[in-house]
Amino acid sequence: MSAIFFLIGCSVFIALIFLAAFFWANRTGQHEDTYTPSIRILFDDEVEGQATEVERPATEIKKAESQ
Amino acid sequence: MSVETKTSKNTQCFHCGDPVTHTVYEADGHAFCCLGCQSVYRVLSSNNMQQYYRYNVHPGKKKAERSERYDYLDEEVIADKLIDFRNEEISMVTFYIPAIHCSSCIWLLEHLYKLHPAIVASQSDFMKKQVDITFKHGELSLRRLVELLVDVGYEPKITLQDVVKEGRKSSQKGLVAKIAVAGFCFGNSMMLSFPEYFGMAAFETKYSAFFGLMNIGFSLPVLLYSGRDYFTAAWHSLRRRQVNLDVPLALGIFVLFARTAWEIFTGSGPGFADTLCGLVFFLLVGRWVQHRAYHHISFERDYRSYFPVAVTRLLDGAAKPIPIAEIHVGDRLLIRNNEIVPADAILLKGDAAIDFSFVTGESEPVRKVLGEIIYAGGRQTGEAIELEVVKAVSQSYLTKLWNNEAFKQYEKKFRTFSNLVSRYFTVVLLAIALSAMAYWFLQADTVRAWGAFTAVLIIACPCALALSSPFTLSAALSVFDRNGFYVKNTAAVEQLAAVDCLVFDKTGTISSPSASRMQFEGSLLADELAMVVAVCRNSNHPLSREVVNWAGTVAYMSSRDFREVVGKGVEAIVEGHHVRIGSGLFIGLPDADGRSGEGSKVHVTIDGVAKGWFSVEQPWRGNLSGVMKELSRTYELNLITGDNDKEKSQLHGIFPTGADLLFNKLPGEKLEYIQSLQHKGNQVCMLGDGLNDAGALKQADLGIAVSDDINNFSPGCDAILDGKSFSKLPRFFKFAKHAVRVIHMSFCISLMYNIVGLGFAVTGMMSPLFAAVLMPLSTVTIIGFTTVAVHLYASKNQLTDHQS
Repeated sequence: MSAIFFLIGCSVFIALIFLAAFFWANRTGQHEDTYTPSIRILFDDEVEGQATEVERPATEIKKAESQ
Repeated sequence: MSVETKTSKNTQCFHCGDPVTHTVYEADGHAFCCLGCQSVYRVLSSNNMQQYYRYNVHPGKKKAERSERYDYLDEEVIADKLIDFRNEEISMVTFYIPAIHCSSCIWLLEHLYKLHPAIVASQSDFMKKQVDITFKHGELSLRRLVELLVDVGYEPKITLQDVVKEGRKSSQKGLVAKIAVAGFCFGNSMMLSFPEYFGMAAFETKYSAFFGLMNIGFSLPVLLYSGRDYFTAAWHSLRRRQVNLDVPLALGIFVLFARTAWEIFTGSGPGFADTLCGLVFFLLVGRWVQHRAYHHISFERDYRSYFPVAVTRLLDGAAKPIPIAEIHVGDRLLIRNNEIVPADAILLKGDAAIDFSFVTGESEPVRKVLGEIIYAGGRQTGEAIELEVVKAVSQSYLTKLWNNEAFKQYEKKFRTFSNLVSRYFTVVLLAIALSAMAYWFLQADTVRAWGAFTAVLIIACPCALALSSPFTLSAALSVFDRNGFYVKNTAAVEQLAAVDCLVFDKTGTISSPSASRMQFEGSLLADELAMVVAVCRNSNHPLSREVVNWAGTVAYMSSRDFREVVGKGVEAIVEGHHVRIGSGLFIGLPDADGRSGEGSKVHVTIDGVAKGWFSVEQPWRGNLSGVMKELSRTYELNLITGDNDKEKSQLHGIFPTGADLLFNKLPGEKLEYIQSLQHKGNQVCMLGDGLNDAGALKQADLGIAVSDDINNFSPGCDAILDGKSFSKLPRFFKFAKHAVRVIHMSFCISLMYNIVGLGFAVTGMMSPLFAAVLMPLSTVTIIGFTTVAVHLYASKNQLTDHQS
């Protein structure tokens, strides 16, 4: 039955790791801006070597946006 | 010409989306409305950043006509104040950029490194409209960086009162960490308490001592770290001989811990560790909700937010930018077009037309002659002028308002319901606890006496009560927020419900500067109107811009020989016709009403023939008389303004009979007027917009700043009302009263829980399981009830999303 002591120790230890992770996230400002990253992820990466992007005329862009 | 008319109807500016009236500005097959938009596009396209235009259609904002000069940023003293961090190689700086509004903005601001190799990194915060930039200061000066941002249409707002840095201080980092610890301990202690609640077999009881010790271990950080603030707050309030809600809370937390420790060490019971942790956890969540900011607006602004960081001083003929604080009486200042006069000064040279819209809300420039005093806060429009300072910045006519007593106290003290109740609550609670203890002592049952005493303090710990205000008011805050009414904190919502007297400022508050109604009396043919517009388009004068807006889309005509006489009028030759627009004096008309000085009439002549005049009608905000009528049923309404009384008769019709209508009042007099109303026992709410209202806003029990652009700067206040939502004002007041009613109702609910709990507690027979169930149950009930009730009232007042 002393396995219980071991298991409780393990569970508390794991919980402490999560608590520490939360502290780290909080300290590095991950909770400060909860909106901008959700947009940032949607930006396209520019393809290397394709520096001069072929530009589409304005009307075409509008069409693409509305679709 | 007809071709041009067509384009003007169909084409929108590729950059900002405004209709294109000229075909002059073009690049890569895109049309632009103005040179500003075109140049931004050029800068971006030459740096291979057209991606900016891919995320949104017309992502740009029209560049404001005025362009500030940033040469002061080259001064080390000033630059050092703005820079957050600097080492040998790099500098870090944070700018507040009001123009941030879409995903393209984020993209552009985070790809600044493409514009200049010296920019190492940049990160934007959309909600706060801020961008952090890291750059190599050896290769790029702060001034060049700012100018670079201006070039791409993202002008940072640089002011003396650094809103950016003040905003950082109020972050809730510490509170979040405390919640995390409390939540962690709550979860673990609950896990360890379950065996006791479910009952243990005889052979398992050897674990209970271990579980108990673990529980004490978990409640210690909650007591000493997470709950620390309650003890200090309770101690402070006791020392001031006041009893606020923190006193019974601190008492409850302490008794919970003491009894838990005693039970565990004596082996007499399992203790209340999970109730303790849960209590602190919920309380802290309530506190977090209360301080949660829905909008990143600064409410603590003073004149320093409006004033420039630096001003140009003339010394021995040389112009040098100096920080505002270093201005002394007798200094000679050079104020260029669109710069703000920072201190009271005498006009020495030049033609001054001062726009006092920051101060009074009136955008019509005021003309000043040589030797006249120009008060601080005005913005020069027109040529550069030279001034001699007669008063230091802090002692000027306007800024000395901030030396008033009203500004000394940092935070207004609102009388909140929970503060009122807690006084009686604590007394009654202690009385019950002591009498229960006394009763069992008389029965000679010491153990039970202590049991009853502690149980009463535990069960009646006003957790639900402490949560009802934050949750109700913060739900109300979010409803206000969605309707364009930004309230500073939850206490201000309660104050909103308590006011009984409203005082309005006139210009900018009940009249809207942007929606002025222009009328033309006389007759103009379509061609003639096009000529008038062609002339007015060249001028920056508000009335000229007004005429262009009023005319809407007209044929484009080119003008030549344009001439503007500041404060008098404009003239030019359009298609061979001589068009003159301006005051009666300017165009050589005998002015019939002798009102030429007020500029309320703009006369038009074409080739010397009078065509008529434009007149500007006072543009009241939408449904003003309806709003006033509705408000007058419940509130005493008054008006106080610094303007003259030319609209007095009109205002008499709008305001109820018996209302004070005060004109020509100085900023200080406004403040005193509010004081006099307060002495009469009124709870006064002031609605104003300009800096001249700042004193009255601060002195009033509740100050509401009315603003047409909430990202623009508004004076320090308790709430900011978007001008578009002005007509909802009566509903806002009603809803605030309903929110307070919800607090009262939830208070009753939490009292009922307390009474039920007390019934068990006084007998001294309260099981830990009972407390462990009752406490979260009452908390969840209160949170659920307040949230639902507030939203029901919101829809009753038509303040929910789909109805507004």
